Amino acid sequence: MTNHWVDIKNADIVLIMGGNAAEAHPCGFKWVTEAKAHNKARLIVVDPRFTRSASVADVYCPIRTGTDIVFLGGVMNHLLTEDKIQHEYVKNYTDMTFIVREDFAFADGIYSGYDADKHSYDKSSWDYEIGADGYVKVDPELKHPRCVYQLMRKHYARYTPEMVERVCGTPKEKFLQVAEMIGSTSTPNRAMTVMYALGWTQHSIGSQMIRAGAMMQLLLGNIGVAGGGMNALRGHSNIQGLTDLGLMSNLLPGYLTLPNEKEQDYDKYIAARAYKPLRPNQLSYWQNYNKFYVSLMKAWWGDAATPENRWGYDYLPKLDKGYDMLQTFELMSQGKINGYICQGFNPLASSPNKAKMNGALAKLKFLVIMDPLVTETSEFWRNFGEHNDVDPAKIATEVFRLPTTCFAEEDGALVNSGRWLQWHWKGAEPPGEARSDLQIMGELFTRLRALYKSDGGAYPDPIMKLYWPYVMPNSPSADELAKEYSGRALKDLTDPKNPSQVTRKAGEQLAGFAELRDDGSTLSGCWIYCGAWGPSGNLMARRDNSDPTGIGQTLNWAFAWPANRRVMYNRASCDPSGKPFNPARKLIAWNGTTWGGADVPDYKVDEDPSLGMGPFIMNADGVGRFFARGGMAEGPFPEHYEPFETPLATNPLSPGKAEALNNPAARVFKDDRAAFGKVADFPHVATTYRLTEHFHFWTLHSRLNAIMQPQQFVEIGEVLAKELGIAGGEQVKVSSNRGYLKAVAVVTKRLRTLTVDGKPVHTVGIPIHAGFTGLTKPGYLTNTLTPVVGDANSQTPEFKSFLVKVEKV
Amino acid sequence: MADVTRREFLKVTSATLAGSSLVLLGFSPSAALAEVREFKLSRATETRNTCPYCSVACGLLMYSLGDRAKNARSSIFHIEGDPDHPVNRGTLCPKGAGLLDFIHSPSRPTRPQYRAAGSDHWEPISWDDALDRIAKLMKQDRDANFLAKTPEGLTVNRWLTTGMLAASASSNEVGYLTHKVIRSLGILCFDNQARV
Repeated sequence: MTNHWVDIKNADIVLIMGGNAAEAHPCGFKWVTEAKAHNKARLIVVDPRFTRSASVADVYCPIRTGTDIVFLGGVMNHLLTEDKIQHEYVKNYTDMTFIVREDFAFADGIYSGYDADKHSYDKSSWDYEIGADGYVKVDPELKHPRCVYQLMRKHYARYTPEMVERVCGTPKEKFLQVAEMIGSTSTPNRAMTVMYALGWTQHSIGSQMIRAGAMMQLLLGNIGVAGGGMNALRGHSNIQGLTDLGLMSNLLPGYLTLPNEKEQDYDKYIAARAYKPLRPNQLSYWQNYNKFYVSLMKAWWGDAATPENRWGYDYLPKLDKGYDMLQTFELMSQGKINGYICQGFNPLASSPNKAKMNGALAKLKFLVIMDPLVTETSEFWRNFGEHNDVDPAKIATEVFRLPTTCFAEEDGALVNSGRWLQWHWKGAEPPGEARSDLQIMGELFTRLRALYKSDGGAYPDPIMKLYWPYVMPNSPSADELAKEYSGRALKDLTDPKNPSQVTRKAGEQLAGFAELRDDGSTLSGCWIYCGAWGPSGNLMARRDNSDPTGIGQTLNWAFAWPANRRVMYNRASCDPSGKPFNPARKLIAWNGTTWGGADVPDYKVDEDPSLGMGPFIMNADGVGRFFARGGMAEGPFPEHYEPFETPLATNPLSPGKAEALNNPAARVFKDDRAAFGKVADFPHVATTYRLTEHFHFWTLHSRLNAIMQPQQFVEIGEVLAKELGIAGGEQVKVSSNRGYLKAVAVVTKRLRTLTVDGKPVHTVGIPIHAGFTGLTKPGYLTNTLTPVVGDANSQTPEFKSFLVKVEKV
Repeated sequence: MADVTRREFLKVTSATLAGSSLVLLGFSPSAALAEVREFKLSRATETRNTCPYCSVACGLLMYSLGDRAKNARSSIFHIEGDPDHPVNRGTLCPKGAGLLDFIHSPSRPTRPQYRAAGSDHWEPISWDDALDRIAKLMKQDRDANFLAKTPEGLTVNRWLTTGMLAASASSNEVGYLTHKVIRSLGILCFDNQARV
């Protein structure tokens, strides 16, 4: 979230698209009803299914799954042609005036630089034109044919209301009604919030759907303001925290990135990330990359990270490509992975194409499970009849199941969607011999270190020298680790302007990331969390819920990253002179000498606004970008491509170009491509979703939830049910090209048949909450059906759009 | 009332309510007070926590028996929303309302288990044996397959034949420690639930 849950109450329009907060985030959704009740807000829900969010919406708009870019592109076309944009905001705070290189091109759904054999782009032409002064060329009049404004108008002119109706199946009048409501927030005194979740991320073009939503919000001046923003609702309680801490193949904590193997030169690794300003007087905050990186290396390797060894640069593994889940499971199914550890993760249930996953796990030598519950993954080798039809005798994988504590049995911090780090406390002992994840990781590491010490082995240095100052080496405490990722001074720090003045004594916790140094004198394991455990103690444990301005800004409740800021980009809530666009919902303002107000300013706190520094201080140009430059895999502007399993033969936006049917930059492995189904054999469109009574697969083990929702079902619209002769409550078989499941049919009005490109399209809804362990009736894992293809940027699987065939059993 | 805790507040209100109604009925309060039962929660230990399910992160109050004395084993018997929490204001959804049954689920394993190659059942294993065996398997695999340099001579120091998935419902501290350990080993096949 750029904003936070309580701030939703400040919205005038709430757009829920690609999510279903009423069922998946019920207590957060209450801020939508609050906005409706007390701020006269209007709720719009765009979804293939008439969800419970839709049931309380002012306008519900049906859409075919996977076509959100057409809808959002249509909205942007409407805003641009009807001139419903926030002019002062767009002109000053975005790249609309920037001029793009002459060799940039787009035709028939494909951008310049495409290599069809490699399914990837040479992105060098996707950039701004740089002048002799080293800065981007601009046209303040917005007349230049290659300025971003003109390029964008041209690009989205193809996304007409008629095209929206044809591709999305959304009636044109309904679409226009929604576009006009959205356009009403282009005035400075109105704001719209966008709430989305997996309904946008789980598509092969998911990242670009989200980008399209963000661009719409930039056009309307809705980013950085109270009641606005792009708000990812996020799934698990600490999915934000684990992302912040960089637990992904290519990341390091705080959105630093692991070096590529070609980056053998440390100085070049830093230089490529410490962006130089692209416009005059821009902060370009990533210029401080080296301070964040060196402070991380000091937290990980302590005294062993020195200027001589480039702060332990060789200790970090170097990438030749990404090793995301889908790539790893591909290697596993080829027999190239020997060992695997699943810590609170149930990939047999959560990964696409269960049959592939079963086969891959069976090729492992050893599998380690750390979990508070019995997972399907831990029992992948066991025969559960039709639900998991395997022969244990043929599976040679050694499996260890290590029971862990759950939330109630540990101390620590979780980060919510609104970026709040909230501390929680242990209330009971775990059952039996279960142990905390901290102890298990500590025991495992100290054992490995002991083995390397006694026996030697491959490159032991990063293991032997790992900074491990914990009082109990085999079981580090949450407090010790929280202090370490927040950060402290290793030597006395002095004021650079007055070296005799000590600003922070050696050993003291740091108050914020502005104190970090690149000379090895500070330690911080995750720079964006710096200050969370500051000189005055653990700010994550703060419990003062006072909201002095009444707009929901509880600055003394817990800690929000970065720097306890609650609304990101809040500088953009003020006009260029520093006055709030909307005085009724003031976040910050310039008082002539400093910035301040109801939030921590997202800006240099003493920067005179007349000097022209942009509000998007992490970007080298200081502005919000419509043109993504080389930041996205499939192009600088979001373009619609069909799901990899589509009911259409061609892409209606680029009908003559076969390469533009699906995401041209997606990575698809050979066997996975062969496992895609065709519409002739699998004529129904399927989408997966969640229910309000369950949380993923966990609550299948919780008695109360199992009673509320005890059995697997699929949802089928009335038209399709009639066509197939299926009555509600009867058993149906749903098959894809990868497998089948059998479940009870719920015949519903909630899924309607849409007319797409002149033909009827039936959508089948498949809840994910079923498995062969737990207290509910045993069922089939939904991912028996789903295809293995990820978004080209994030590699998040396309769980929301695929083809199936429904039959009466 | 400035610094009254929730627990003290419950005690005071239960006593006051009882006292005033007894007066109305004409009983002498001092004689009858001993008969009034306190709320069960007022004798419980209250602990603040956060819902582990979705990312709204509702504040929780957990009530347990056991006063944290040495050798007293706490057991949580009630969970409700924290009314002081700015987001959920005391409420919980149908998922969170069942949290007690997650903590006490019959599906929670209570000791380490081992499944041997080709076996169709679990067998118990001690923590020490399990961790020793896992550490040994990991070291064998790392030593056999660690790539220090590519054939072109690039220093890469990576280990691709063992991987890990981390939990997005574990705490920051678990995530941070896990990342630190995993990278020190050179592992790149590393992801968390943010990917799905």
